[in-house]
Amino acid sequence: MSPQPFDGFKGFAVTFRQLFKKPVTQQYPEYKRPVYPRFRGRHQLHRHSNGLEKCVGCSLCAAACPADCIRVVADENTSDNRVSPGERYARIYEINMSRCIFCGYCELACPFDAITLGNDYEISEYSRDDLIYTKDMLLAEPIKKVPVADRDLYDTPIPYYKEHS
Amino acid sequence: MREPWWISLIKSAVIVNLVMVAFAYTTWLERKLLGRMQNRYGPNRAGPYGLLQPFADLIKLVRKESFFPVAAHDSLYITAPIISMFTALAAFAVIPFGQGWEIWKWHVDGVIANVSIGLILIFALGSVGVYGAIIGGWASESKYSLLGSMRTCAQLVSYEVSLALSVLGVVLMGQSLNLIEIVDKQDATLWFVVPQFVGLLVFLIGMIAETSRPPFDLPEADTELVAGYHTEYGGMRWGLFQTAEYVNMITLSGLAVTLFFGGWHFFWLDYLGPLWFVLKVFLFVSFFIWIRASVPRLRYDQLMRFGWKVLLPVATINAVVTALLVVWI
Repeated sequence: MSPQPFDGFKGFAVTFRQLFKKPVTQQYPEYKRPVYPRFRGRHQLHRHSNGLEKCVGCSLCAAACPADCIRVVADENTSDNRVSPGERYARIYEINMSRCIFCGYCELACPFDAITLGNDYEISEYSRDDLIYTKDMLLAEPIKKVPVADRDLYDTPIPYYKEHS
Repeated sequence: MREPWWISLIKSAVIVNLVMVAFAYTTWLERKLLGRMQNRYGPNRAGPYGLLQPFADLIKLVRKESFFPVAAHDSLYITAPIISMFTALAAFAVIPFGQGWEIWKWHVDGVIANVSIGLILIFALGSVGVYGAIIGGWASESKYSLLGSMRTCAQLVSYEVSLALSVLGVVLMGQSLNLIEIVDKQDATLWFVVPQFVGLLVFLIGMIAETSRPPFDLPEADTELVAGYHTEYGGMRWGLFQTAEYVNMITLSGLAVTLFFGGWHFFWLDYLGPLWFVLKVFLFVSFFIWIRASVPRLRYDQLMRFGWKVLLPVATINAVVTALLVVWI
């Protein structure tokens, strides 16, 4: 359509009308948009139901990580200090959150379903040193929970490890 | 009875402070209105409804590093924002905002300086204000600044001519250059917007171009010239340039209200003079902001062509027709 004489002024009417409509902004801390069930957030290390850690220190996750941010140092399981089923456990397990790109390759690489990416995304810190997460920080449940969208709305298959522990 | 000099001094201090507060809340108003017109909230975190946002901005600007480009010419670099802001504030001294009051035994005028050629003073100060932009850009010794300041200067000078011509009609009808007498003439006859609507249109467009507001803000457009003549300015020095722009906006709105909309008169409720003046200036400033939200930017050659080939002839014809009608009617 070629420009008609008063088209410019109709633009003014449009902007004026927007003054009376409700803005579409979602105010963040008061309203948190629910994340999808398979959202890749902060990592979590899991335990078996009898209390033993699932992680055996095989470093497959460190090998798979494209950003090279996982540090695994394994150690022998002795009879009086049994941490994981199997021969070895991860004595040192650190993830550098400032390098992690949250791709999920470590979750895919782990043969024991020990490391998964949970839904937590509020992990800001005031200094870079606080961003290196150690094993006990990763084992713990997140303190603040983010709202997760209704699972029934989404046709996603639930992975084995999330249903059976 | 004339006003004693020390009352003028007190009044000028009070009015300058009020204009600065008005400038701060004009920035708040602009961000809120622009946000609402764009379907979003403006700032609403710093205090209720974002009302403390201007203070947050002020503290941020003052705390920034006061840097100095090595190649810049020292004294001129510092003086440029001072010139801009001084002329912007000084132009407000002749705009009448009230009818004059008797307090105890002294007379207080409704204007800071009763100058018999007030209108010419405002245009003169506007022209000197262009120096601030030129000097700022040139003294920064940077290509973007130089280009930006040249463009700004060309734009401001071209639209100043049309601005001055567009008020000729008002001067002919008001029979005086003194702003107080123009306001009183409007009270006696008709608000000059009715006979001078063409003059008002030209004045509005010239107003937007004089203050470098969108759609005429190519000189300071971020994507075109980084930031034009204030590229090399940071912190509070940049804040001074912005202050000058917004205070110019307020002053020119005040001038438009005085010349075309009857200043502080409002039919029979004249004793509340300053309130009506503030309300009308607020409406004009909102109009500026509305235009910013609705219209895209003019390209530089379109801008110059419009100023010289369209606006100037229209302003001239308006002045000539008004002169003929005033003489023969």
